[in-house]
Amino acid sequence: MEVLYITIGVSIVVALIFFFAFIKSVKSGQYDDTYTPSVRMLFDDELVIVKKNDEKESKINQEQSK
Amino acid sequence: MEIEFRMDLNNCYHCGAPCGKHPKIFNEKQFCCNGCKTVYEILNANELGCYYDLQAAPGTIPSDIKGKYNYLENEDIIEKLLEFNDTETSVVEFFIPSIHCSSCIWILENLTKLNSGVTTSMVNFPKKTVRITFKNNETGLKQIVELMASIGYEPYISLDDADAIKNKVDKTLIYQVTIAAFCFGNIMLLSFPEYFAADEFWLEKYKHLFRWLMFAMAVPVVFYSAKNYFISAYKGLTHKILNIDVPIALGVSVLFIRSTIEIAFDIGSGFFDSLAGLVFFLLLGKFFQQKTYNFLSFERDYKSYFPIAVTKIADGIEKNIPVKDIEKGDRLLIRNQELIPVDGILINGNAAIDYSFVTGESLPVTKQSGDKLFAGGKQTAGAIEMEVINTISQSYLTQLWSNDIFNKTTDITIKNITDSISKYFTIAILAISVFAAIFWYFYNPSMVFNVVTAVLIIACPCALALSAPFAIGNILRIFGYHKFYLKNAETVENIAKVNTIIFDKTGTITSTDKSHIIYKGEKLNLDEIRAIKRVLRASNHPLSRSLYDYIQEEVFAEKPTHFEEQLGKGIHAIINTMDIKLGSANFVGATFFGINETAIHLAVNNKFKGSYIFKNSYREGTKHIFETLSANYKLVILSGDNDGERAYLEKFLPKNTLFQFNQKPENKLEFIKKLQQNGEKVMMVGDGLNDAGALAQSNVGIVISENVNVFSPACDGILDAKCFNNLPKLLTISNETIKIIKASFMLAFCYNVIGMYFALSGALTPIIAAVLMPVSSISIVVFVTIMTNLVSKKI
Repeated sequence: MEVLYITIGVSIVVALIFFFAFIKSVKSGQYDDTYTPSVRMLFDDELVIVKKNDEKESKINQEQSK
Repeated sequence: MEIEFRMDLNNCYHCGAPCGKHPKIFNEKQFCCNGCKTVYEILNANELGCYYDLQAAPGTIPSDIKGKYNYLENEDIIEKLLEFNDTETSVVEFFIPSIHCSSCIWILENLTKLNSGVTTSMVNFPKKTVRITFKNNETGLKQIVELMASIGYEPYISLDDADAIKNKVDKTLIYQVTIAAFCFGNIMLLSFPEYFAADEFWLEKYKHLFRWLMFAMAVPVVFYSAKNYFISAYKGLTHKILNIDVPIALGVSVLFIRSTIEIAFDIGSGFFDSLAGLVFFLLLGKFFQQKTYNFLSFERDYKSYFPIAVTKIADGIEKNIPVKDIEKGDRLLIRNQELIPVDGILINGNAAIDYSFVTGESLPVTKQSGDKLFAGGKQTAGAIEMEVINTISQSYLTQLWSNDIFNKTTDITIKNITDSISKYFTIAILAISVFAAIFWYFYNPSMVFNVVTAVLIIACPCALALSAPFAIGNILRIFGYHKFYLKNAETVENIAKVNTIIFDKTGTITSTDKSHIIYKGEKLNLDEIRAIKRVLRASNHPLSRSLYDYIQEEVFAEKPTHFEEQLGKGIHAIINTMDIKLGSANFVGATFFGINETAIHLAVNNKFKGSYIFKNSYREGTKHIFETLSANYKLVILSGDNDGERAYLEKFLPKNTLFQFNQKPENKLEFIKKLQQNGEKVMMVGDGLNDAGALAQSNVGIVISENVNVFSPACDGILDAKCFNNLPKLLTISNETIKIIKASFMLAFCYNVIGMYFALSGALTPIIAAVLMPVSSISIVVFVTIMTNLVSKKI
């Protein structure tokens, strides 16, 4: 049954890792604003589209100028 | 109907406002004004057209800011506004009231496309702030602010920002709860084997490991998570108050000491799980009781309203100086829409001062040169020059804040409902433990320690301490849902104690947005009315503008052949052979008029016709609210205005209402102080800065706000003006919440009696404590939550 020392030791270490991860996330301000990131997440697509259009247009322009 | 329908199609592509008859057209899109069109042009040119795809008509009309932000070139002011600054990059955080939709977030986070000097910008939507990082050598604060203003996102910069002691949110409670929760869970797991598998061989071998691990995890719970209970109990005792934290601290220490002794001498497994659970539940209650509204602040004073800088004219040169550096005798330039920061005398310019910040009065007041201007007014017509007669701290309005009431520190001796019964509770526990000790000393002396500690453990008032936080926390959330935002839990208890309610008049029971106009006098024919409207069109006087909007008839097409506006008197115009005089009573030769009434008098062809009287429009339901409240409360109207409306109000409101007119801000404060000295518990319902003293002095200060996103003076609660009618119901619910808490105290007391049976008979085992404690706590929480939800169904 000496394996108990290991299992309990491991379980507490794992629990502590999660504990410190949570404390760290609170400290870094992850929970200060829980709304904006949910909106911001949707914008990344918008920006990519704009950029793609730019690239397409510039490509078309280059081709035309050729 | 058809017109309305067409109006919908005619809405501005940028801001959604109706465009009227002459929309500005650009790119086949309609705009209501040049400002909106410009924003569209800027965004379109920078390929930020997505702004309009995310949300239809997301914009706000940009305001005219020419010269307004010149002060952002002043190094002292820049330094105060910046959060971080090294030679290369700076960080600044702005409050932007017009943030309202996802398009706003998108455009503000893409500021770098409009100004390459901006490296990053990040929006906090609930707080309506944007944090901008920029390169110092490529751009400056002034350019960024002007850019934001030009696209309709003008930051709000006030004197408050200059004092920037950025108060960080205290996260200690979160850490305390986290640690208690972590330890509670692990201790529970470690204590289970001994509950269920007693006398097994392997357990005998390992129980010491389990027990010392539990001890190790209980240490941070007692010395970190629960430390505030010890501090509060100690402070209470030094003030000779037995607050609820005294029995809690006693219970926690007894639990810890007895458990440690038990495991050290191998007597039993200790009560570490109950200890950690107790602290965890208590902290959870505290955490739940806190309800913060990111977009509100309950601590604002005049500094949040006042500008950070002002334009000083010295030897004909305009110079921006911080408001704090204003000296007596300085000459200041106040532009349109700027706030007057200090008392002064008007030198020249057309002054129409809007004092709605201060008094709640919506109609601007006109002033002539030589008149005194008071701090807090907003200029609404063109630029004016003024000479300073008082510095900022000595001005009429700001003097109020030197009153002691604004400097009082939070008093620890304030008793809440739980503390008020904890006195009897603590004395009872101590009496029972002494009695039990004496009994067991004669009966079986070896049990004395066991029984006395068991009594103190079981009496630890976990359920009792939880009922108020959960009941009030839940009510705060329900109130918030109904747009009644309270500062903290104590406010609910204070509302329940109130017996006198004082209302400010202007802006509180009258609505600020529209004044009600009635015409008194000889009946006018259609031609006359249309001619009057034509004459008013040329006038910039605020009363003229209101009356112009009020008259529904089509305006006369013909131009006046003669037009003359005399400052402070009125207008004389000849139109279509009609000689029209509009203005003050003396100017038109009014034969009858009410004193203390705001009115435009009218004469046609030198014959007095009648007067347009501007009445305050009272909020809908005011009469009903006063009638409902007058049954249970003493009601007072405390107004800074003259008593012009006294007769009307006396008829309108219940008979026992008391009226006080012509009250200066400090009079209001003194009036409440006097009532309180007579033992009254006063609730002040107000709105403007002139109520700030009264709001602070009263037991409960409630601000009525037309728009909760704009500023309101420091108070205990903010009620959205649209929900003003709910006030009596909200007060009733507060009263009932206190009754629910009292009922739950009875329930908690029953659990204590059951527990006490086990404790006194010497039969308290860790497993009984481990079951009884969570069961009592959770059932109390369920009870108060259900009951508070039930009573608040009424709204």
